[in-house]
Amino acid sequence: MNNILVQTKGLKVTFSAEAGMFGGEARVVKAVDDVSIDIAERETYALVGESGCGKTTLGRAILRLVPTTGGQVFFRGEDLSSLSPEAMRSLRRKMQIIFQDPYASLNPRMRVREILAEPFRTHEPKMSAKDVDERIAALLSVVGMRSDTMRKYPHQFSGGQRQRIGIARALALNPEFIVCDEAVSALDVSIQAQVLNLLSDLQKEFRLTYLFITHNLSVVRHIADKVCVMFLGKAMEIGDTEDLFARPFHPYTKFLIAAAPVPDPTQRDRERLLLKGDIPSPINLPPGCRFSTRCPYAQERCRMEEPEAVALEGRAVSCHYPLV
Amino acid sequence: MHDDERVSDNKMKTPDSGQGIAPEKIEVKKDDVETLFGDVFRAFQKNRSALVGLCVVLFITVLALSAPYVLSHDPYTMNLDNRNQPPSEAHWFGTDTYGRDLMARVIFGARISLVIGLIPAFLATCIGSILGVASGFYGGKTDFWIMRLADVVLAFPSLLLAMVIMYTLGANLFNIFIALSIVGWASTSRIVRSQTLALKEKEFVEAARALGVKKRTIIFRHILPNCLPNIMVVFTMSIPSAIMQEAGLSFLGVGAQPPTPSWGLLVSQGKEFIFSAPWVAIIPGVAILILVLAFNFMGDGLRDAIDPYMKD
Repeated sequence: MNNILVQTKGLKVTFSAEAGMFGGEARVVKAVDDVSIDIAERETYALVGESGCGKTTLGRAILRLVPTTGGQVFFRGEDLSSLSPEAMRSLRRKMQIIFQDPYASLNPRMRVREILAEPFRTHEPKMSAKDVDERIAALLSVVGMRSDTMRKYPHQFSGGQRQRIGIARALALNPEFIVCDEAVSALDVSIQAQVLNLLSDLQKEFRLTYLFITHNLSVVRHIADKVCVMFLGKAMEIGDTEDLFARPFHPYTKFLIAAAPVPDPTQRDRERLLLKGDIPSPINLPPGCRFSTRCPYAQERCRMEEPEAVALEGRAVSCHYPLV
Repeated sequence: MHDDERVSDNKMKTPDSGQGIAPEKIEVKKDDVETLFGDVFRAFQKNRSALVGLCVVLFITVLALSAPYVLSHDPYTMNLDNRNQPPSEAHWFGTDTYGRDLMARVIFGARISLVIGLIPAFLATCIGSILGVASGFYGGKTDFWIMRLADVVLAFPSLLLAMVIMYTLGANLFNIFIALSIVGWASTSRIVRSQTLALKEKEFVEAARALGVKKRTIIFRHILPNCLPNIMVVFTMSIPSAIMQEAGLSFLGVGAQPPTPSWGLLVSQGKEFIFSAPWVAIIPGVAILILVLAFNFMGDGLRDAIDPYMKD
């Protein structure tokens, strides 16, 4: 369980809105700012946070789909930035992604057969058309779809079915690591459950490791082994799911968990923890802790000095005054 | 609709655990394999105005090709006793100012107009699509230089630019192709570039990148096919505009040279007699109108046929 499969060290991704032709200030957004995470083999690692906190960017940076500006990503101890483009291309079969929007993630002009044949055409160019078709049919049955769906176009399916096709594509080359980028957020709740169950069945069957990016805390609780809570590009708290939900150390985690709706009407009157103030602009971060402008526990030091991640009871917490 | 989908989703079996990849032999039927061409053709057949357009284009093409065999008059033979005659039994479209049979000239002119319409429009669309997709997909310096080049082309009034090119190269048919292609690619490249910029951010393109698909393959497999409806429309729109530009060039004396019976030339020659012998200008004008409309109908039908959302 403790073999590290994917690791990031001080990963940074910045986006810059370039200065115009006639000068003006170049603005830099640190979408991912110095994030280090370790994902162990066969675990489900969840990345949570509100919209715009950089969780999707982190997922894509790990797959090298967006350029990084600092830090490293290791896959089985191999630094991905040191790989040649060819080596990276062949490593891509080991790491795949499932997207949020099943309507945008399938090329509308390709039939299901062509969509699912693409992994094989890319990595197994010598495979015969007949073999490819057999593999595709097998993939479709793994995700619970009939093989005659091959002839159809993506728009002929419902969201849940499309998502299954997207999952089949990610599974095609027997990957070890899959980034699930809000993989169920766009689906109906009833279908979310089906797809989540499918994902966890597949995990057992094919010994997969998931990086599960989501803003849905009940999903995290349901499937994740480990959680990393992100806020404005930075990891605030990292820990085992059970512990972290039971006893959050970082104030942000506490408020995030408190904000999740509870599906129990008898608890309607539970104490609400509400934050005041706005999220600071990611272009213009406060000097100290980036949560200090909203944190009710913030003290002078929090506004001056950015906290480093500290190890605390097996967790990493970026806070000067954790809620122990 | 939504409820139906949900029900069918529920019905789908979940995978039995322990069932590996490639569990059963799956028969793949021959007719499973369908091509894009087959699909498009079937959808196109259902569209009546597109079929009419196709028929008209085919009719004019056949007529133009068989012109020397079906016409009783020669388009170049002058007969000064017989000038500006109205349509009659001997001359169905009448005669022009030199007594030449107008029908023969219009049908011969179809050859030139078809070629002028198709070849430069095709060349301009190809050049524009490739440069536009490269510009949008690769970005950076490639984008900068291609777009600045397009700006230069677009900054000139197109007729003026075509004239300059024709003056420099000399007036003949081949040079008309070159001139009209150079004038025409820029707007296509702009349209294709903006489409590419939007498509590049789509998740299916990202999925292809995550699979390690090569850039060039992404362009040809994912980007260009999704630009195709727009390219199709641009292409059909540029056929009539190429025909019109040729007419303008011919009018200004740098296009088709008399006595070549190009439609543009016929209209501009006939306009001097628009009150005394209106058919000399109107008939070739109507011919242009019919051909242009036919191409537009065809283009519309083709665009709908290519669009997967329009099917069934």
